[in-house]
Amino acid sequence: MALASKTRDALIDPLFNNNPIALQVLGICSALAVTIKMDTALVMSAAVVGVLISSNFFVSALRHLIPTNIRIIVQLTIIASLVIVVDQILKAYLFELSQQLSVFVGLIITNCIIMGRAEAFAMQNPPTLSLIDGLGNGLGYGAILMGTACIRELLGFGSLMGIQLLPLTSEGGWYTPNGMMVLSPGAFFIIGFFIWALRTWKPEQVESE
Amino acid sequence: MNASAAYNLAFAAAVCVVCALVVSSSNVSLKDLQEANEALEKQRNVLVAAGLATTDERLSPAEVDVRFRAIRPVVVDLESGQTATDIDPDLFDQDAATADIETSNVAPENAAQVRRVPHHVLVYELRSTDDDLELVILPISGMGLWANLYGFVALDADMETIRGLTYYDHGETPGLGGEVDNPRWKSLWPGRRVFDTDGEVRIEVIRGRAGAPDTDPFRVDGLAGATMTSRGVTNMLQFWLGAEGFRPYLERLRAEEGV
Repeated sequence: MALASKTRDALIDPLFNNNPIALQVLGICSALAVTIKMDTALVMSAAVVGVLISSNFFVSALRHLIPTNIRIIVQLTIIASLVIVVDQILKAYLFELSQQLSVFVGLIITNCIIMGRAEAFAMQNPPTLSLIDGLGNGLGYGAILMGTACIRELLGFGSLMGIQLLPLTSEGGWYTPNGMMVLSPGAFFIIGFFIWALRTWKPEQVESE
Repeated sequence: MNASAAYNLAFAAAVCVVCALVVSSSNVSLKDLQEANEALEKQRNVLVAAGLATTDERLSPAEVDVRFRAIRPVVVDLESGQTATDIDPDLFDQDAATADIETSNVAPENAAQVRRVPHHVLVYELRSTDDDLELVILPISGMGLWANLYGFVALDADMETIRGLTYYDHGETPGLGGEVDNPRWKSLWPGRRVFDTDGEVRIEVIRGRAGAPDTDPFRVDGLAGATMTSRGVTNMLQFWLGAEGFRPYLERLRAEEGV
């Protein structure tokens, strides 16, 4: 029972209670860059989930073997290798989206969430639990990305997943796209609103003065 | 875990070997698919430069083939400007030809930082049904801020009006220099003119805004926040459309077409 609830916490906690973006404010750079449209945000989320699950799993599996004084560089080597593999797969199977994501797939290596989970969780916990923790954090990251991208694409382009929902004035419709949503500040505001909403719902997340 | 230096070294070496194996096997096994994607992307960009496709159109390989039918790949001898009839364009490997010291020369010092100029270059010609030249599409490359940019510039039959310019590979900063991909910026190019009355390359990317092509034909808006990339675009056009690049070829075509 205790184990089951620990597993559930590892999966559910990062979604709302301990969200990597909204509470820990990690991974912001990519959250601003790839959330202009939902398809890029979805691929980026999937890539981060994939890397996070595997890096947590492998780091955890090796945690008794990794020498303490070189642990960071070992984690980084594992993470970097996984990111390169993901990048190669995207270039082979999702070429256009990987072009749009440009450097940001490669920059998953420096995404603090991944290193953070490897160091803070996977080094102390068994592989299965670490894998679930990776999934939970990946989904927590992905949820914010998808939410932000949903708002930005709808207001910035009048579409969702590339399907035109609001007819644009440039094509004879009534909707004038909001240019700010296409720029990075748009994402800043939306993520700010998410954090505000989350902290209103769960006041314990507000830092004490 | 605290361990001896020997253990640390052995562990680090083992991790490196395993990771290297994983990375290289993923690279080798996916290479064919990636190269096919890159080749298709290059063809798409030829079509975009030629105005036969828009940037937003996501053409399937079959559609690219159909539109490519009108375009003829031609291998050109840069120095003489003549078509190299002894080389089959379908089998010609441009990257290998540019890298090989037997088939390329060291470039003279140039602002575009082009290092080697190949003897032969693969270009594309678009001809009407009665063999009149309508368009040439020329590969260009040169240094931006971070890395080389690779693209195409298409010229009308007068050999001096630009039909389009695109880049299919670059490493510029997304949102700044990466805006060379922006369709709105690319749409500023058609109708601009390359050469002044002396035949020197005059087209340049300026700081700030340029006028419309008919009133301000030699200048194009700079990319905001990307001075080095903008300069890179100017430099590579000056190099490749100049004497070291395609000038002999363009002069031959101009003479043939009686422009």
